[in-house]
Amino acid sequence: MKFTSLLASAAIALGLATGAVAQDKTKVGFVYVGPVGDGGWTYEHNKGRLAVEEHFGDKVETVFVESVPEGPDAERVMTQMALEGADLIFTTSFGYMDPTINVAQKFPDVKFEHATGYKTADNVAVYSARFYEGRAVQGHIAGNMTKSNIIGYIGSYPIPEVIRGINSAYVHAKKVNPDVEFKIVWAYTWFDPAKEADAATVLIEQGADVILQHTDSTAPQAAAQEAGNVVTFGQASDMSEYAPFPRVSSIIDDWAPYYIARTQAVMDGSWESANTWDGIREGMVAIGEISDAVPADVKEEALALKAAMAAGEYHPFTGPLKKQDGSDWLAEGEVADDGTLAGMNFYVEGLEGEIPQ
Amino acid sequence: MIVLEKRPQPSKAWSYATPLVAVLATMVFGGVLFAILGKNPVEAIGTIFWEPLFGEFSFYYRPQLLVKGAPLVLIAIGLSLGFRAGIWNIGAEGQYIMGAIFGAGAGLAFYPLDAWYIFPIMVIAGAFGGWLWAMIPAILKVRFGTNEILVSLMLVYVAEQMLASVSLGLLKNPEGFGFPGSRNLQSYESAHNAELIAGSGMHWGVVAALIAVIFAYVLLNRHMLGFHIRLTGEAPRAAKFAGVNPARLILFCLGLSGALAGLAGMFEVSGPSGVVSIDFNVGYGFTAIIVAFLGRLHPVGILLAGFLMALTYIGGEIAQSQLGLPAAAIQVFQGMLLFFLLAFDLLTNYRIRAARSEVA
Repeated sequence: MKFTSLLASAAIALGLATGAVAQDKTKVGFVYVGPVGDGGWTYEHNKGRLAVEEHFGDKVETVFVESVPEGPDAERVMTQMALEGADLIFTTSFGYMDPTINVAQKFPDVKFEHATGYKTADNVAVYSARFYEGRAVQGHIAGNMTKSNIIGYIGSYPIPEVIRGINSAYVHAKKVNPDVEFKIVWAYTWFDPAKEADAATVLIEQGADVILQHTDSTAPQAAAQEAGNVVTFGQASDMSEYAPFPRVSSIIDDWAPYYIARTQAVMDGSWESANTWDGIREGMVAIGEISDAVPADVKEEALALKAAMAAGEYHPFTGPLKKQDGSDWLAEGEVADDGTLAGMNFYVEGLEGEIPQ
Repeated sequence: MIVLEKRPQPSKAWSYATPLVAVLATMVFGGVLFAILGKNPVEAIGTIFWEPLFGEFSFYYRPQLLVKGAPLVLIAIGLSLGFRAGIWNIGAEGQYIMGAIFGAGAGLAFYPLDAWYIFPIMVIAGAFGGWLWAMIPAILKVRFGTNEILVSLMLVYVAEQMLASVSLGLLKNPEGFGFPGSRNLQSYESAHNAELIAGSGMHWGVVAALIAVIFAYVLLNRHMLGFHIRLTGEAPRAAKFAGVNPARLILFCLGLSGALAGLAGMFEVSGPSGVVSIDFNVGYGFTAIIVAFLGRLHPVGILLAGFLMALTYIGGEIAQSQLGLPAAAIQVFQGMLLFFLLAFDLLTNYRIRAARSEVA
């Protein structure tokens, strides 16, 4: 008997065995890349999980495994969840992409949802949020707040999602402050408080008085607090414990509505593979409260920017925009298409340095 | 008053007993920890140790033990030879990465050619990559007397940067929409380190680990070189008189451990992992140090220790999802294992005695 069919038959056997008891209970699994207490990315996904539990009560059972390395370990954790009868599994990091596809092949009856990836299958959907919309608001505030005109940016990995964020923040900072300069440090991690703190310190030493981060811990906030006069933004989660200063605002990922909707779809039997990319308008991206450390007029403009995106009147990547090498990208009034954004691997004009290759 | 008294000879009995005592102590104190966290300690320990071996889904977990344990054993065997001779290669993680880069690179260079010789070339390239990376601390030590602990450890971070660099550049999947990471070797048949029997978990890396165990055993017990290794560790002066060439020994031990770590990386990247990605390494090179000591630097001991570590990893994940134990608690549990091992190790060389207190 082949391994695949062995697994499948075991899953079926289990389904039959426990079906009588748990027929109405939908089991939802979550695989996390960081600890649930990271205060950022994983914390928000876990909030989404708790929201699913609260919304459905006795009708669902959720399980999760945290700090799962991206690779064979993730594949084992997903298989384990599927074996134990999960109906729906959310895999919440880019690096889980191939493992998700592999496990999904072995368990055709289990639905998988992979965050921030691009590979889909009949039972694998992908979802992500338009974080770059939040970055636009962030860039606007950052450009206004900096006095040294140097903005530090802690990048995680040079993947399109992160590069989009850098571009969006830069475009909007530059709009309000033509002298602004971005210094980018690549941390090569999603969550590593020590590395993130080091990166923040290096940027502060290089004169940055605003730090933007695409990593998940609050370590940069703590480093900024220590420095005293450095502005930061919450990433993925509100990080309001550092408000009103250094944290002046935040980008919050709100996965709860999506998780509830998808769980409902599995219950109804209406689940289908999809490629979801929602933003401020749908509520997947939220802007955390802008603190009083931000001047009132800047705050007002930032909120107007957010409202314009929520209404669909404004796109953060609207021409005229050029690429870093000076070639044309978007003509006057032209708006970037999703395909280009999804695979974005270039900086916009004005950014210094190279994307690591 | 209780005093520690050095034994004239290390106790043989204790040297065998300490790993078992350490495992038992870990279970007891780990149980207390789980109880404090509000979980049933018996159930938690049971889940960690029982479930992967004999639980409902052990047909899946047992092969996974091989997959998880093989790289640990393969690396630890190499390290143990050096450790015995007092040559400290702490950078196996870096050599593991380089082995993966060289191995995968060699395979991808042939893409999409279909030929039987590609995989053997990858094996050689992987071993070579690890060996090359270990030669840096080895030659620096032989030539300039640098400290191999520091150099090999620091080279881990260099290797991580190289890994990031090739994932983003040289080996990046041209069909990956700009995302980092190489082509998946699992879907390139000639380069795929597939399971030898489907569903068994047996891939070439497991075979290599078993061969390494036998090889190391023979080397240490039946071969002059093994005798020199042991002699250098136990009695350096005697080794000198016996004509041991320290430079040669350093080059051999670091080179071999590097090559084995490189092999482990190569088998991992071409099999279970499939892709060279920025996060490819997950700490096997460091965990292998624990495995080497847990196994008393003895080949058979290492084999057992490797599977014990694999068991705590896999059982730990099951405990997380079934019982909601936090990942950190599992890590503390694994840490306790090494801690107790080192603590009880004291009893191998010392004995505890009640002594009369004397006036100083």
